[in-house]
Amino acid sequence: MSFEPRIVGFLCNWCSYTGADLAGTARIKYAPNIRSIRVMCSGRVDPVFVIKAFSEGADGVLIAGCHPGDCHYQEGNYKALRRYLLLKRILPEYGIEPERLKLEWIAASEGERFAHVVNGFTEQVRRLGPMNCKGALIESMKDDVLIHEEHAAQGTGERR
Amino acid sequence: MKLNIAIYWGAACGGCDVAILDTHEKLLEIADVVDIHLWPIAMDFKYADVRALADGYLDATLFSGAVRNSENEEIAKLLRKKSKAMIALGACAHTGGVPGLANMYTRGEILDRVYLRSESTNNPEGTLPAEEFMVDAGELQLPRFYNTVKTLDQVVDVDYYIPGCPPASLQIYSALGLLADDMLPKKGSVIGAGDRALCDECARKKSEKTITKIYRTHEKLPDPETCFLEQGFICLGPATRSGCGSRCIKSWTPCRGCYGPLDGVQDQGIKMLGALASVLEPKDEKGINAILDTVVDPLRTVSRFSLASSMLRRKKV
Repeated sequence: MSFEPRIVGFLCNWCSYTGADLAGTARIKYAPNIRSIRVMCSGRVDPVFVIKAFSEGADGVLIAGCHPGDCHYQEGNYKALRRYLLLKRILPEYGIEPERLKLEWIAASEGERFAHVVNGFTEQVRRLGPMNCKGALIESMKDDVLIHEEHAAQGTGERR
Repeated sequence: MKLNIAIYWGAACGGCDVAILDTHEKLLEIADVVDIHLWPIAMDFKYADVRALADGYLDATLFSGAVRNSENEEIAKLLRKKSKAMIALGACAHTGGVPGLANMYTRGEILDRVYLRSESTNNPEGTLPAEEFMVDAGELQLPRFYNTVKTLDQVVDVDYYIPGCPPASLQIYSALGLLADDMLPKKGSVIGAGDRALCDECARKKSEKTITKIYRTHEKLPDPETCFLEQGFICLGPATRSGCGSRCIKSWTPCRGCYGPLDGVQDQGIKMLGALASVLEPKDEKGINAILDTVVDPLRTVSRFSLASSMLRRKKV
């Protein structure tokens, strides 16, 4: 089966979610890979949400908010930008390609752009391939076992 | 009747054991109410002595240190079986501690660095530690060095946690008091600590936080009265549990986060990253990146004691 990226999208209520809504009512087709989560503001997106999404199976995370200057809460999107730029720096430390995280400004009127962003990001993540954080963690521990239990499992009997 | 306890260390520096001794004259009070059945740093008991005990014989085990090799895991499981209460003592057992930072590397990378490449290594034959080795007296065995460092509760069921690197001695004393008086709270609780953020008990003056420049502690003498974070020093107070008595803060040193996350927080380090990004002043990408360039090693700074218990737990390989 071909790989279909699982993408979690955090969309701000006032601009980007409304933009996504517009894409829907305008019947614009876009990649079905995104799972949209409405948040009141892109500034509500705690970096914990992003890391949690990755740790529980997301291949990519999209954060979308109002254009600079348009934030319903004045400055929430600037906060999102700062967190995003900091997250981008630490993802490689975890062995995660920073290209799996994207921040975009999408206004309520930009249904077309929402579809374009989702399509582009889906293809970008598709090229990066599956992430499988959980599987990698389990794999990393496969030899972390008690030696006598390993011998027993191999049928060589207990050594001690 | 005296309490039967064991005190053990996994991947630890021994600082938690010293913190127990640092209860000073109160140690005599502790000695009045407990019988110790294992304490490798201080007393000569063998694992066989513990194996000979009936299951559940020990009232409690104080386990310090992370689980980084097969011996740590084996003894953790043994003590779990022999103990009514398993208590994780200190940051390493609680959240992985400094040994947990090794999860940024693989076992292979660590062995390579330590035994083959470090500047002070002289190992022309490239000898690496072996798990089994023959000598005249017979076969010797070493524990297996694990690829991923684990917290105690990732290996055995843990009843209580006493945080800190090391835990404040008086907090160990008060936690032992809870045990002696049979007043322990519900299973899974953090004991010997507060339940609010360190900032809540910090005496420094706090106002609106906007940081325009980040400083490391050697780069500037901190103002004695103002919040460290407001001065541009990365202080983990907002994301760290109180209970340490602000030891570092009172010594003019920003909090490094050893008391671990607050209740309900899944990832102390990432939470702190969010807080740090929030209080930076710039609003444009260029300005933000300029200030982020001065944050040396952000992930290890905020997850210094909690990487092994964080959501991702290790570098993906």
